[in-house]
Amino acid sequence: MAADPRQPKPLTRQTLTEGLWKENPVFVMLLGLCPALAVSNTAINALAMGLASTFVLLGSSLLISLLRNFIPKQVRIASYIIIIATFVTAVDYIIHALSLELYNALGAFIQLIVVNCAILGRAEAFASKNPVRHSLVNGFGMGAGFTLALVMVGAVREILGFGSLFGVALFGEQFQTWAVFILPPGGFFVLSFWLVLFAVVAKRRAAKEVAHGS
Amino acid sequence: MNETSAPTIPEQVMPSPFRLIATLGLIAMLSGFVIVLVYQITAEPIARNQREALERAVFTVLPGAESRALFRADETGITLLTDEELAQANVFAGYDNQGQLVGVALTGSARGYGGEVRVLYGYDPAAEKIIGYTVLQSSETPGLGDKIEDDPNFLANFEALEVSLDPETGEVAQPIVTVKEGAKTEPWEIDGISGATVSSEAVGRALRESTLEWLPRVVSHLDVFKQAAGEDH
Repeated sequence: MAADPRQPKPLTRQTLTEGLWKENPVFVMLLGLCPALAVSNTAINALAMGLASTFVLLGSSLLISLLRNFIPKQVRIASYIIIIATFVTAVDYIIHALSLELYNALGAFIQLIVVNCAILGRAEAFASKNPVRHSLVNGFGMGAGFTLALVMVGAVREILGFGSLFGVALFGEQFQTWAVFILPPGGFFVLSFWLVLFAVVAKRRAAKEVAHGS
Repeated sequence: MNETSAPTIPEQVMPSPFRLIATLGLIAMLSGFVIVLVYQITAEPIARNQREALERAVFTVLPGAESRALFRADETGITLLTDEELAQANVFAGYDNQGQLVGVALTGSARGYGGEVRVLYGYDPAAEKIIGYTVLQSSETPGLGDKIEDDPNFLANFEALEVSLDPETGEVAQPIVTVKEGAKTEPWEIDGISGATVSSEAVGRALRESTLEWLPRVVSHLDVFKQAAGEDH
């Protein structure tokens, strides 16, 4: 009786790409800003954080989508949180096992993926209403969009703050690093710069579409 | 009574409380199963990583050491531990290739800018100096506070940092103290990092508190460390 009466929408390219651009979790929906600001001081940290979040997103989307007809509406948020927390704990152990250095660099932020609202948002808005295949594809797109956004912020901060990218020095010895960009305020500066850029491009696109339509 | 037939979505019949509890219980069980599984798989590599990091750190802070032994120091004295008891060890002794004691490695910790700073340092009892230092754990600001891990000028402090013991009382004669960058005049002072004052002072505090507490005990039991060289090889 709890089965979804509506026919699932067909799996389209939109399912995958909406997370990258149109509904990019960081740049468009402004979700998951805490890790996006906190661990984006270098491109490597940003990439690791993005991949860890993508793993959690995929795992939780899979499980929530599988259980979507079994979980009653009244306890759904509690169930989602348990499922997400499970995958976060798993990814915490896995990163700890893979590299102590990376684990120390990411610090408390791995555990804090639990409260990344981009993930809970996907669970509530997509995985709980769509079949497994759709949810995985959409979760992957969202994860990729989140990773992309973090790396874009992280790369700018690392280039300006450390004069390097992915740990490789870009400039000579005389380069004066801009320490503010690796501190928390720098995260806000760089993020706002990207937000403006995204908003301007999106506006232009919309204007173009209107012009074509008429 | 007719609340259930309220004109919302018709399929939303309130499930019994039992059903809700059962759902949450099952999900929690599933979650427990997954976590325990991942824990079982990763426990061994995690322990190995940490062991290797600690081993590397011990040999970093005791230059010239070729082998090491584990000890536990507490109120009752100092006891030699086997490799399996690594988790309880808080003092490490390093020996050169002739089995001579190079020094002992001890940990210290203090609150820094971003959280706890844990350091490991090597102490040479013969020279009464700290001869090596490394950061085991810190969450200091990248680019500023984390210079305590790799700033060459700061690390140079710990090549020979004097911590002598008063021959009469057996206590530390001059506690370690962090001073401003470039202001170091005494052999027991640490030249700080400008721009990372809180972090470099945390290192000084960690070393000061640890040396005040542990060095008198370690030095008064020096024969325990020297003896262990023969037994452990």
